Amino acid sequence: MGTRDCNHICDESSPGIGEAGRTGEWRTSLPVVDDTKCTASRLNKPTCFLCWLYCPEAVMTKAIPPTIDMEYCKGCGICAQVCPVQAITMLPEEKNIG
Amino acid sequence: MAVQRKSNMHIIDGNQSAAIAAKMSRVQVVAAYPITPQTPLTEQLSQFVEQGELKAEYVAVESEHSAMAVCTSASIVGARAFTGTSSHGLAYMHEMLHWAAGARLPIVLACVNRAIGAPWNVLNDQQDSISQRDTGWIQIYCRNNQEIMDTLIQAYRIAEQVYVPVMVCYDGYILSHTEMPVDVPDQADVDRYLPPYKPHTTLDPANPKNYNLVTLANPRIGVDGKLYHGYMELRYLLQEALQNSRETILQAGREFNEIFGRDYARMFWEDRSEDAEITIVAMGSLAMEAIVAADMLREEGLKVGVLGLRVFRPFPKSDVVQALRKSRLIVVFDKNISYGSEGATCSEIKSALYGTYINASIRNFIVGLGGRDVKARELAEATKKAIASLKETVINPDYPEWICQI
Ligand code: SF4
Ligand code: SF4
Repeated sequence: MGTRDCNHICDESSPGIGEAGRTGEWRTSLPVVDDTKCTASRLNKPTCFLCWLYCPEAVMTKAIPPTIDMEYCKGCGICAQVCPVQAITMLPEEKNIG
Repeated sequence: MAVQRKSNMHIIDGNQSAAIAAKMSRVQVVAAYPITPQTPLTEQLSQFVEQGELKAEYVAVESEHSAMAVCTSASIVGARAFTGTSSHGLAYMHEMLHWAAGARLPIVLACVNRAIGAPWNVLNDQQDSISQRDTGWIQIYCRNNQEIMDTLIQAYRIAEQVYVPVMVCYDGYILSHTEMPVDVPDQADVDRYLPPYKPHTTLDPANPKNYNLVTLANPRIGVDGKLYHGYMELRYLLQEALQNSRETILQAGREFNEIFGRDYARMFWEDRSEDAEITIVAMGSLAMEAIVAADMLREEGLKVGVLGLRVFRPFPKSDVVQALRKSRLIVVFDKNISYGSEGATCSEIKSALYGTYINASIRNFIVGLGGRDVKARELAEATKKAIASLKETVINPDYPEWICQI
């Protein structure tokens, strides 16, 4: 697929999410939070949130349950590593694995 | 078709010629930092603004890097921007020269050609603009002060049509500080020739845009779901714009002739090329000196012509091949050197001729660096030396000869 239809002669875009590049497309592993194990979700209290604190992309929300902005999550797995109750599992991101 | 109009001759130097041309082009933003030998150009322009003769914003910046940054910002929001510089100033601007071309902004820059240190030298050669060869700017060289005036006005026509910035180069002191007659056009004619600038970029708070932010290697889908160019596609388009700019340059020259009666519909100047077996190639004011040298050599019965390079980027390869078709010997004089190789224009000529049926010998001489005077007699002598060398070897030497005292 070519870009001849793009009529811009310099880089031009409209401000919006993902305009600097949907870097989530780099991800080869996908973090999945098990809400039944997550302490914050289980107690329904704003607690723990180590995943939020350690996520280097700041895409983990400090919410109950914690959610992840998949536009930018790189699948680094830090959240899964720091979670004290192993509530986060890293699954293969099939669509990005050739 | 030349038109009848009364001339308006002024005796002015090259910097004044450039300043008047910028004023008549109705530039809206001037950002420049004074540097020898460009200084009188900026002084003249700031005076025009101060006296209300030119309705422009004159931004007195703290460096040439900032000068080009201001021009870039001005141009992207739709103002016709102008700057001038020389030597170290142009080198300091280098990063932003890439930016202006990459953003496809039709800025015009007057480069008053000067040597670069070390050691310090404020006099003329063309090492400064040649060092900026690969920044994506169109480069046009002038032979005299009339050409400075005319080329600068044409530069906006060309730049704003192909959206590529144009560098108008003229030799420091030899042109910048030497007075000669210049026919100054009428403002009404310039207005007729030069329509207002239509930017391809817009600044509109109601419809905000990002320009030239981080671009990934590959094309990407924008927020509107459409596929946008990646970095490499944008670079391709810049190259394509330069490749295709020849027609626009010639058209600008043709239409200039229709209004002002001076013909610029050419990529280079030819003098007695019809029957020339020996062609001298030179760029800028040196091309005028070469004509005098050719006169001397013609008197000795040698069939010498001159090819005065005008447009250096895009380099007019096929036109050059056409012009040199009868030459047996091509003598290229360069006021620059690509260290470890040869003069930049010599490399261009060689590359243009490769694979064609022209199998002329090529001799390259480096002359006039750091203001070293180049006399027509010296060009003629060097040409005769080149002719004599043909008896010794038909192979083109790897490296140029220098006309200096080593
Ligand atoms: S995988 Fe990495 S980027 Fe994604 S949510 Fe976890 S810590 Fe953040
Ligand atoms: S680190 Fe684990 S337990 Fe703590 S909030 Fe995140 S997912 Fe829940």
